[in-house]
Amino acid sequence: MNTIYLDNNATTRVAPEVFEAMTPYFTELYGNPSSMHSFGGQVGHAIDKARQSIASLLGAQPSEILFTSCGSESDNTALAAAVQTRPEKKHIITTRMEHPAILAPCQHLERRQGYRVTYLGVDSKGRLDMDEYREALTPDTALVSIMFANNEVGNIYPIQQMAAMAKEKDVLFHTDAVQAVGKIGINLAELPVDFLSLSGHKLHGPKGIGVLYIRKGVRFAPYLRGGHQERGRRAGTENVPYIVGMGKAAELAAANIVQEQVQVAALRDQLEKEILAHVPLCMVNGDTENRLPNTSNIAFKNVEGEAILLMLDRLGICASSGSACTSGSLEPSHVLRAMGVPFTFAHGSVRLSLSRYTTQEEVEFTARELPAVIENLRALSPFK
Amino acid sequence: MWNYSEKVNEHFLHPHNAGALPDANAIGEVGSLACGDALKLYLKISDAGIIEKASFETFGCASAIASSSILTDLIMGMHVDAALKVTNKEIAEALDGLPKEKMHCSVMGQEALEAAIRNWKGEPAVPHAHEEGALICKCFGVTDAQIIRTMRENHLTTVEEITQYTKAGGACGECLDKIAEIVAIELGNKPVQELKPLAPRPLTNVQRMQRTMKIIDEEIRPELAKDGGDIELIDVDGPRVQVALRGRCAQCRSSQVTVKNLVEKMLREHVSPDIIVEEA
Repeated sequence: MNTIYLDNNATTRVAPEVFEAMTPYFTELYGNPSSMHSFGGQVGHAIDKARQSIASLLGAQPSEILFTSCGSESDNTALAAAVQTRPEKKHIITTRMEHPAILAPCQHLERRQGYRVTYLGVDSKGRLDMDEYREALTPDTALVSIMFANNEVGNIYPIQQMAAMAKEKDVLFHTDAVQAVGKIGINLAELPVDFLSLSGHKLHGPKGIGVLYIRKGVRFAPYLRGGHQERGRRAGTENVPYIVGMGKAAELAAANIVQEQVQVAALRDQLEKEILAHVPLCMVNGDTENRLPNTSNIAFKNVEGEAILLMLDRLGICASSGSACTSGSLEPSHVLRAMGVPFTFAHGSVRLSLSRYTTQEEVEFTARELPAVIENLRALSPFK
Repeated sequence: MWNYSEKVNEHFLHPHNAGALPDANAIGEVGSLACGDALKLYLKISDAGIIEKASFETFGCASAIASSSILTDLIMGMHVDAALKVTNKEIAEALDGLPKEKMHCSVMGQEALEAAIRNWKGEPAVPHAHEEGALICKCFGVTDAQIIRTMRENHLTTVEEITQYTKAGGACGECLDKIAEIVAIELGNKPVQELKPLAPRPLTNVQRMQRTMKIIDEEIRPELAKDGGDIELIDVDGPRVQVALRGRCAQCRSSQVTVKNLVEKMLREHVSPDIIVEEA
């Protein structure tokens, strides 16, 4: 059975070019860039090159790129740096749509360290209210952290505008761009954010590598201490093969950005259209006007998400769901709840996320098979 | 991904006795859309009390569907008195086990069976709170009697396990202290500390939905039925409750008055004072 991978917001396939670029750094070029011999030293150049590739993808300077171990580390580091460098300010603004890597540290600051956190609400399409945001910015606000794009429904937020509003009030601005980088163009030369997080494995790089962009001139406090690596901003011997892989993934992302926005979007639209046309009682979650080109979140009334996923799994189709049962928690996803998706739909929400490796045939197969899956489960359901 | 047994997968993919039973003389319903799983169990019980046929309709995950399917297999041919002794543990064991986070699915099976037999005996489907203990978890409607029974039958010792088996405490978490108290008493220990009274918290969406459904079913619908009308709950979004009036109420010129004076008033009184009722 073929695997049809439509769960690219969870993780992506490592591009073959990325894997190829990485392997020599396991087998031959295994030196430590900090060593005083050229065998180790030459590895330092590979790191510089990777840093340059990532800076180019983002429109940043290489010195503004900090390697971390994952997107969650980048998020946590940015938050910790902001509160440590602005200790007199005790207020943070974020949204109810964020990833747990932002929500959990914010809740920690709130409960344990006396911070006040504003969690901006959203409308039924998951959109933020700019007036609510403007009013939330106060002289006591240390940091705003708002995701560039949402992982579950794909909404893209007006980061340009929101970062500019924070800048006017001299408030630090962080954006979790883990889902956005590589899917949509980001140019930090024009985007007034201070911190930006990204993750390797969401853009066809390896798992275990992330990046935190720190704008030049923004004060920083390291999260990991104990070595001079990354100019003293993060201790620990560099994860060279992964850094090289991340650099290659960034190069490929820059080259494929148009393909992502045209070809991937066209396949996504086709898939969504076919499903909506052939399955009664379903709806698209999120802001279809401002959405990642690869993401579709569809809610099927009166069926439960985990059951849908396991039926799809039998067909080789990989997707994910915001239903309560898939997570082991007892409530549907916080994102769908924030949007007020009715319970009749929230438990039956399925996220399909494509990539540049998704084919026309895979989309056609999924669109053909999915209606029967929903119909069968609805036949079992006591709710008609 | 869940590590489901072969048996769970088999019953999920090829459920036994699925669908409504036209000649059922006993129906038991538990769970709701808001809870994320629901089971409607149909039984045909002979005059002698033998379960001759059983079937189910389930909204829920793989383990909920599998638990329902295996339950119908287990009880067919049983006398109702024997069926009432079937525990959730037996349902889970018949499936070669369930992940602990999914044990509540087996409990749902047991509860539906009990409700169906109550229905056959002409007893109310939902036991009255004073008969069956006090309501502990308002989100999922779990009483202390249910918690204690599940604890005893499954040898549970922690609050976390109780949430996994009964869902109690799994949404807003307001009742976790009370559950801890029940656990302590049940295990023969004194409560670790004097429980502090909690400030009332705003209702979660699950609670709001649950209570709204209950009030509509138990209080409002019977009122409207007197005039040949009916009501359907369309949606609950924060304090906004959308309803549609059906039957004679749908044509009634004073339907708006009904919505405001009866529906909104009742919901404000019984659910939350900030509720706004709208007609869909």
